[in-house]
Amino acid sequence: MFRRLSDTGEAMLPFTLDGLPAEGRAGDTVAAALLALGHLACRHSAVGGVERGPYCMMGLCFDCLVEIDGQGNRQGCLTLLRPGMAIRLQPGRRALGQ
Amino acid sequence: MTLLQDIGALAEIYDVAIVGAGPAGMAAAVTARAQGLSVVVLDRGFAAGGQIYRGLGNSPLAGRRDLLGPDYWKGEALLDDFLGCGADALHQASVWYLDASRCLGVSQGGAARIIAPRHVILATGAMERPMPIPGWDLPGVMTAGAAQILLKTSALVASDAVLVGDGPLLWLLAAQYLAAGVPPKALITTTPRRRLAQVAGAIPGFLASPYAAKGLALLWRVRRQVRVLDGSGGVEIRQHAGRLQVRHHGGAEEIGADHVLLHQGVVPEVNLARAAGCPMVWQATSGCWAPQVDAWGNTGLTGIAVAGDGAGIRGAEAAAVAGRLAAREATRALGVITGAVRDAQSAADIRALRRLQRGRDFLDRLFAPSPSQRAGSPEAMACRCEEVTGATLRRAVAETRAAGPNQLKAYTRCGMGPCQGRLCGLTVGEVLAQHQGRSPAEVGYFRLRPPVFPLSLAEMASMPTLEEEEGRANRP
Ligand code: FES
Repeated sequence: MFRRLSDTGEAMLPFTLDGLPAEGRAGDTVAAALLALGHLACRHSAVGGVERGPYCMMGLCFDCLVEIDGQGNRQGCLTLLRPGMAIRLQPGRRALGQ
Repeated sequence: MTLLQDIGALAEIYDVAIVGAGPAGMAAAVTARAQGLSVVVLDRGFAAGGQIYRGLGNSPLAGRRDLLGPDYWKGEALLDDFLGCGADALHQASVWYLDASRCLGVSQGGAARIIAPRHVILATGAMERPMPIPGWDLPGVMTAGAAQILLKTSALVASDAVLVGDGPLLWLLAAQYLAAGVPPKALITTTPRRRLAQVAGAIPGFLASPYAAKGLALLWRVRRQVRVLDGSGGVEIRQHAGRLQVRHHGGAEEIGADHVLLHQGVVPEVNLARAAGCPMVWQATSGCWAPQVDAWGNTGLTGIAVAGDGAGIRGAEAAAVAGRLAAREATRALGVITGAVRDAQSAADIRALRRLQRGRDFLDRLFAPSPSQRAGSPEAMACRCEEVTGATLRRAVAETRAAGPNQLKAYTRCGMGPCQGRLCGLTVGEVLAQHQGRSPAEVGYFRLRPPVFPLSLAEMASMPTLEEEEGRANRP
């Protein structure tokens, strides 16, 4: 698990994950918020259909792809979490650009 | 600094466009502005700082400065100068195109544009070297740099983590986790045990360097408090019962963990320079490609310079110095100052760079991954995007007699995915080089074509036509 150092006091940001209520902190990227909640995997790979999760956190590896507000294949590590976002993990095979 | 809200707010013409707002980019902007140039900084981050100073302006750990260490907070002075320098800055922007005539394609917020600055400074920084060991693509396995980003921006620490690899960043992360009160479960170093003896000649130079005292103290602190398993080749990670299992020393032991954090050094992030057509050189000691630059960061293309780790790894402080040098050279090239003035203004910086260079050679050689580590394991995914294993790559090399990376890419799809070869390019070069008994320099690298970051159809469609851009430029 990721542990949040407790004394930082950022505002809580509500969002939904696969339709269920969830919470992150102000300053989190979408990828960070999901990792903090224990979701190490965020999608299945396009070719082999295996689980993948964020690897580089700096926009290079494209393993952090999720669906955000209906738009698929968004890089979670390059997107700041905003209150009310509807985030979905990307299950199953899904080709880029789909 | 003027924060631009969207891509439409970019001016028609800038004297200097700087790509990246890490130490090199920020320092270049401050210096170019001080000379009176108009400057835009195009940056992929949410705010200035790059990766090394990521989150510096609003870190959740501002109240616990001891945790990230003094080198991080040292960036504050530069950040303040940058924020006050009057440059335009566009964040969350991807520069996906650059050519020899300095046409520069940038996208942000779902829109794209081409601008034509008079001078370009690439400050694209570094990325972690790919580390293709079995299981590096499993969820829960990340780079040490990724863990640091989570710490700097979200105050997140991975508990029950095993660190694997070597190099200053991995040890720094271990020290930061210790300071956070969440020590790593183990640190497995992968540098071959004989290495220290092999590089002994460079030790005196290192001991006289600015890195020695700091580095050794940190190493000592971690070794005293963390279980360190030295010199393991052949580390493997597998998933078992919802956890990661790390085998090391040829299966001598398996350690269970929630997280495995990998690191085997950093290399220049050069895709944009390469796609622009900047001549590249192979840096044999550190085993990576870098654009060919002179002392001022000039590349082989007129009016395009590279500053900072993107031109070869020298660290954050040296990057800032290189940014200032490149900015003064831009000022000279644009006819604002003479070469003599540039030289006079730069004398202290050139001396500082020489000092910062001391000891780097030792670090480069001490932590250089071995040839087999660079080529990766056959069982590992060589190309994460297209899921091509090292074994498939080797079979293709043997069966097809592919002469270079581009043929291998056509045969195996290796390098065709969205990361554009960033996480497999060096591996492919090493595999080919070792099979053919040549050096990676002779083997070459993928031919990169723009866009260097994927561009959506919407972004492409949003681009003003050439006539529209010209119309804008001609408007009084
Ligand atoms: S985690 Fe690598 S691109 Fe987002």
